Amino acid sequence: MAADETHRAIEAVYRIERPRLIAGLARMMRDVDEAEELAQEALLIALSEWPKSGVPHNPGAWLMTAAKRRAIDGIRRDRMQERKHAEIARELDNARDTSVEELEAAMDDDLGDELLGLIFTACHPAISPEARAALTLRLIGGLTTGEIARAFLSREPTIAQRIVRAKKTIGKAGLAFEVPRGSDRTARLASVLEVIYLIFNEGYAATTGDDLVRPALCTEAQRLGRILAGLMPHEPEVLGLLALMELQASRLSARTGPDGAFTPLTKQNRARWDQLLIRRGLDALGRAEALGGANGPYALQAALAACHARARRAEDTDWRRIAELYDRLRTTMPSPVVELNRAVAHSMAFGPEAGLRLVDEIADAAALRNYAPLPAARADFLFRAGRMAEARSEFETAAGLTRNMREKAFLLARAAACS
Amino acid sequence: MRVVVFVKATEDSEQGALPSAELIEAMGKYNEELINAGIMVGGDGLKPSSQGKRIAFDGPGRTVIDGPFAETRELVAGFWIWEVKDMDEALAWAKRCPNPMPGPSELELRPVVSMEDFAETMTPEGAEIHARNEQRLAGQ
Repeated sequence: MAADETHRAIEAVYRIERPRLIAGLARMMRDVDEAEELAQEALLIALSEWPKSGVPHNPGAWLMTAAKRRAIDGIRRDRMQERKHAEIARELDNARDTSVEELEAAMDDDLGDELLGLIFTACHPAISPEARAALTLRLIGGLTTGEIARAFLSREPTIAQRIVRAKKTIGKAGLAFEVPRGSDRTARLASVLEVIYLIFNEGYAATTGDDLVRPALCTEAQRLGRILAGLMPHEPEVLGLLALMELQASRLSARTGPDGAFTPLTKQNRARWDQLLIRRGLDALGRAEALGGANGPYALQAALAACHARARRAEDTDWRRIAELYDRLRTTMPSPVVELNRAVAHSMAFGPEAGLRLVDEIADAAALRNYAPLPAARADFLFRAGRMAEARSEFETAAGLTRNMREKAFLLARAAACS
Repeated sequence: MRVVVFVKATEDSEQGALPSAELIEAMGKYNEELINAGIMVGGDGLKPSSQGKRIAFDGPGRTVIDGPFAETRELVAGFWIWEVKDMDEALAWAKRCPNPMPGPSELELRPVVSMEDFAETMTPEGAEIHARNEQRLAGQ
């Protein structure tokens, strides 16, 4: 095997092991920075040793042992006085004496829990949602700062700073990298789910820039969702979120036409919907509902996405069911955006006048001021009601509000078609 | 990217030899790892080719050939569908699979074609037919 190929193979193994490696090291060192550095050093040792010795049978345990040895060396060299470090060194020394098998067994037991602990720590509510997303992508997704910056259309120093600040917050708060238990757990889990869905949406409904979707972020969020569902298989909302993401992602390649223009749901070529993801989404939704989670906000949204996924043709869509699901969602998750979508669903189920009635009830909501989808929806109702002049004016208002260039082009085209 | 990982058949799998208890357990743990890593999206094992059929095409002609089929090493005994970042990651995962057979065996990794790859030859009519078929495939 060529040297370059060997390096790539080793780096691929490292990428697989990295999140769990960092999770274990972070809990041990109580410090994300040190954990990242030790993991990186373990990679360098692997890159020099594995080409000679071959990839070890349990590469995760091997890397962990290498990182721990490096930690001991570091602690000894620096002659750290702090009690914390002395304790860690003693623990590590003891660990070093145990046989490799015991170490491996111990790691097998803890890994899931440690990874979950790291996810919960990276998504701690004390950190801002954007910083949580960046830190999660870095620590769990293994993305570089540059990759995260590109994904969020941000500058690299901005993201780097965000991550540094998040790590400081973790240090200051003295977070123990553990999975919260008891009453804290539900709120903390909500924070984790929020971050994963934020990452997904940043990819799915990019609010700025020329690219309508940045699928890499969606894929990353789906992977995070699957990992979380593997670690917490009995949490209905984890499965609800996973179902929602799989179902929405099933339409990714159908949402943009050959020229990159946005294609609305009803006009999409359903042959391009990913049936494997739809099956997985429906399966996860079924499990969430079986666990009694049918009315969770993510499960309800997944149920909505499932209505579209089940319709062979746009005209087969069960809009009455969708309207009914929105009636439920607005009590579980009250928000002006849900109200707006509910108006759209009712317009499809019961006619444009029903939509107009509902949309006019919420038109004054502060959160919807300057929100392009509101006039866009109203314009569509007016268009379907045959009130063309009003429709044109509303489409133009919507086009003036959106920051997405492709969406703007779509809305202007609809305005031009009002005659 | 999506990758199909084929478990190639061997004399043992073609004879319908049951896997050992150890292998069943090791494979279970491996599958668990794949699921926990968020990369496994599907997979199944296949019965020996003695229970399979082939249809040979020649112009309008259709001939049914009953299994078992001769070229054992070219047959498939099972498959996974993975979603990975690249082929390097798929290879790294494939290497840590327990040997699926009692003797020497092979896995074969093949990236999946997506609809975009057919964009040049896909007509609206063709797309419509695919829409119907794929929706049926989804069991709806």
